[in-house]
Amino acid sequence: MAKKLDKVDVVVVGMGWAGGIVSAEMAKAGKKVVGLEKGDHIKREDYIGVKDELRFDNQFQIMQELKKDTVTSRNEIDETALPIRTRKKMQIGANLGGASVHWAGASYRYWPYEFEIRSKTIEKYGKDKIPEDMNLQDWGLTYDEMEPYYEKWEYTAGISGEQDPNAPKRNKPWPNPPLLESPSLRLFKDACKELGHKPFQIAAGNMSENYENPDGEKLNACMYCSYCTRHGCDFDAKSDPLATVIPTAMRHDNFELRTRANVRRVIYDKDSKKATGVLYVDENTGQEYEQPAEVVVLAAFAFTNNRLLMLSDIGEQYDPKTRKGIIGRNFNGQYNNAFAGVRGFFDNKKFNLYAGAGAMGAAITDFAADNFDHTDLDFLGGGAIELRQYGFAAIKSSGNIKSGTPNWGAEYKKESLNYAHRMLQIWYTNNTFSYWHNYVDLDPTYKDEYGDPLLRVTYKFGSGSKEIMEFGVEKCREIMEKMGADHIEEDSIPEEFDHEFSGGHYTGGVVMGEDPETSAVNNYLQMWDVDNLFVVGGSAFPQFGGHHPTPTIGALSYRAAEGVEKYLKDKKPLAKAKKTTKA
Amino acid sequence: MSNDEKRPHERNEKQFSRRDFLKTTGVATGGILAGSLLGGVVTHFGDSGLKDQEPNGEGGTNETPESQKGNLTDARVFFNRKSDFSTLAAAAERIFPEDDLGPGAISLGVPYFIDKQCHSWWGFNGKNYTDGPHDFEKTPEFGIQEKLNRGQIFKLGLEKMNEIANDEFDGNFWEIDSKDQDEILKKFESNDDDVKMNGVRADVFFSLLRDTTIWGVYADPAYGGNRDMEGWKMIEFPGPRMGWANIIQEEEFHKEAPQSLRTYQGGKM
Ligand SMILES: Cc1cc2nc3c(=O)[nH]c(=O)nc-3n(C[C@H](O)[C@H](O)[C@H](O)COP(=O)(O)OP(=O)(O)OC[C@H]3O[C@@H](n4cnc5c(N)ncnc54)[C@H](O)[C@@H]3O)c2cc1C
Ligand code: SF4
Repeated sequence: MAKKLDKVDVVVVGMGWAGGIVSAEMAKAGKKVVGLEKGDHIKREDYIGVKDELRFDNQFQIMQELKKDTVTSRNEIDETALPIRTRKKMQIGANLGGASVHWAGASYRYWPYEFEIRSKTIEKYGKDKIPEDMNLQDWGLTYDEMEPYYEKWEYTAGISGEQDPNAPKRNKPWPNPPLLESPSLRLFKDACKELGHKPFQIAAGNMSENYENPDGEKLNACMYCSYCTRHGCDFDAKSDPLATVIPTAMRHDNFELRTRANVRRVIYDKDSKKATGVLYVDENTGQEYEQPAEVVVLAAFAFTNNRLLMLSDIGEQYDPKTRKGIIGRNFNGQYNNAFAGVRGFFDNKKFNLYAGAGAMGAAITDFAADNFDHTDLDFLGGGAIELRQYGFAAIKSSGNIKSGTPNWGAEYKKESLNYAHRMLQIWYTNNTFSYWHNYVDLDPTYKDEYGDPLLRVTYKFGSGSKEIMEFGVEKCREIMEKMGADHIEEDSIPEEFDHEFSGGHYTGGVVMGEDPETSAVNNYLQMWDVDNLFVVGGSAFPQFGGHHPTPTIGALSYRAAEGVEKYLKDKKPLAKAKKTTKA
Repeated sequence: MSNDEKRPHERNEKQFSRRDFLKTTGVATGGILAGSLLGGVVTHFGDSGLKDQEPNGEGGTNETPESQKGNLTDARVFFNRKSDFSTLAAAAERIFPEDDLGPGAISLGVPYFIDKQCHSWWGFNGKNYTDGPHDFEKTPEFGIQEKLNRGQIFKLGLEKMNEIANDEFDGNFWEIDSKDQDEILKKFESNDDDVKMNGVRADVFFSLLRDTTIWGVYADPAYGGNRDMEGWKMIEFPGPRMGWANIIQEEEFHKEAPQSLRTYQGGKM
């Protein structure tokens, strides 16, 4: 039997950027808040002195263990899905701070065009430009409305950046100057300039200088230590919730953190259409608890956000056969349908590629969003072209061989040793869209440790998926040629989604918008059907922007926090439903 | 099904000579003595007089070679059968052979690295989703789908490799010509019909073997491979450091002798 606890104002499920932000804001506003996190109570100390490629990059120590909980995957709606069993193919954040601790830090805002992509596409190119299979939707708020929330997140996180010449003018400058520039970045930028593009230093969640954020949290300057992506930071130099919003929340007595608290259900009262709390298991003891709350906030990443709604029977499950239902619809994300590009091998130049930082890099956005004309193109949107210098350790560098080279034996050894520090890669971070046939629901076969069904992903490429990648690869090649690589290899365009969930860019399923026919939450991420339930994070993206997602998740979390506070005051829906033309 | 006929590692044990082992695994040829490995395997032949028979032919020395220091951790803790381990060592050496550029898998300690990995949560698939139903044929598409764990796959695959060596080349895997060893490895790599196994695809086993070998070459020496950081020296990787702010803008390649995790952690309890 579940033990019933005292009611609080807000219960937050999941403590990454999304949950951390809502918790900090509600704690600051004096609300009684409980934060529930399934994983361990990780501290910065857990990441001091553990720079180890095998442990973190190859064996994924920091990611969720899949023993009892993963996702099943398939391409076609009548296929049997199989569970993704190993972390090589399934990387989900775990523990306090979530994936927001092991992220790399590349920080982009989405474009004005992207927030109103349906309207603006029709306006400029006509309705026929939108492929039939695509559920192209506006987000229900504009870039101008998002700007203050972006700014708020960037200042909390201490992002180090410089103005992208193509981007809208910023209200305030970036909180920190850009990271240092290495020779590989210089080479990329010079080549881009020669081609008439407008390169800039990627805005980074790695501190270029010591920094104190508006909440008084102190971060240190990045050391370019390179053990960054898939690792936690030794130095409190990465923008992550452990260094920022979680300590901010914890400074307040009205906030309580409970780790190893695995939430299994939202408790939902069908009559009043209210979420009355959540049910969770203490993973240390197995004891079940019911935590009642005035407002329930799901911030447990796209997978769990979707799954908890389905398990709790909240909202109507999307069914691709009838195209009815809303939860699970417009599941999207960047998989092997993004990040294609070229690899350049330099015979006469060696780079210090073992050094770097998660988001150290240079980019152009000349081929992002609608920054270039699409009249004669057979796809919508675009993305950045990036060169990153994450810092690569030995196992990773030993993979720098040309495609004809055998990947074992004497020839492999010779070639891999030669090219370990001579290969640069650039890629296109293109938009990925939502299609009627892509969605998530509960798997009929595979279960978690409590016997609850796993989440099932059904995903395949749609119109434009390959075309946009081909376009990007071509642009990347032009740049790499100008960079003077002696040998250039294009990534091959994949035939189909390969069931690899390795980049953390999985989104949608509980999407935002203005019309309850095509969206599950309004532009405060408040559920249309359930006033006191907010579903926060990438699950709200109607389609995936042409850049990494986290600043947009951070900004939406600030927006949602504002919504929760408003709701606690007025107890009302925060937006009016509008009928839009069917997506 | 009785498998008795197909247990070449038992059948051939008696004919197995230490000299052949040294010759065919390539340990003897490059001048770098993987004392640790030999120490383990040699006793298998009832031979304990390793030191007076240095394979480089220079005769005995009483000094412990550098690469033998700390070799008390070089003992099999996962593979029971020496034949599996000898097959593993020989195969790893073909994947990353010793040559002019530097040591190969055996002198780098890779076989022991793999043995220890198999003995860990990783070898037992401790963090994988393991509920059935399983369909191992789907692994290339969906990632690991076997019912077998990694350690079990290693055993099955190595046994099969040695079986093929005996059937087709009339010797144990570690005894036959390197050319023939490569031929067998290629059969596994291409999932050839000749090397079908029950429960795992041959190409899946091969990539596991290949990738784990490379891990053993380049992972931190804390795991038992990359002995004396020789792997890192070859690939000019300096190991974990506080940071590189000092050189990040430098145009020239900056080379530094490697440091291991132990040094980074201060080597203290
Ligand atoms: C290797 C890698 C690199 C990345 N690099 C970048 C980058 O450079 N730029 C970028 O923009 N994005 C990047 N990302 C993506 C980024 O990590 C995510 O967008 C971001 O972390 C999402 O934040 P979140 O708060 O929504 O989710 P998370 O940070 O994942 O937090 C969710 C939390 O919920 C918890 N939880 C889940 N289920 C339950 C439950 N049932 N009960 C209780 N708690 C639960 C989890 O344990 C976790 O702590 C990267 C991702 C990966 C994997
Ligand atoms: S590169 Fe910088 S931000 Fe990343 S882990 Fe190292 S010090 Fe921290």
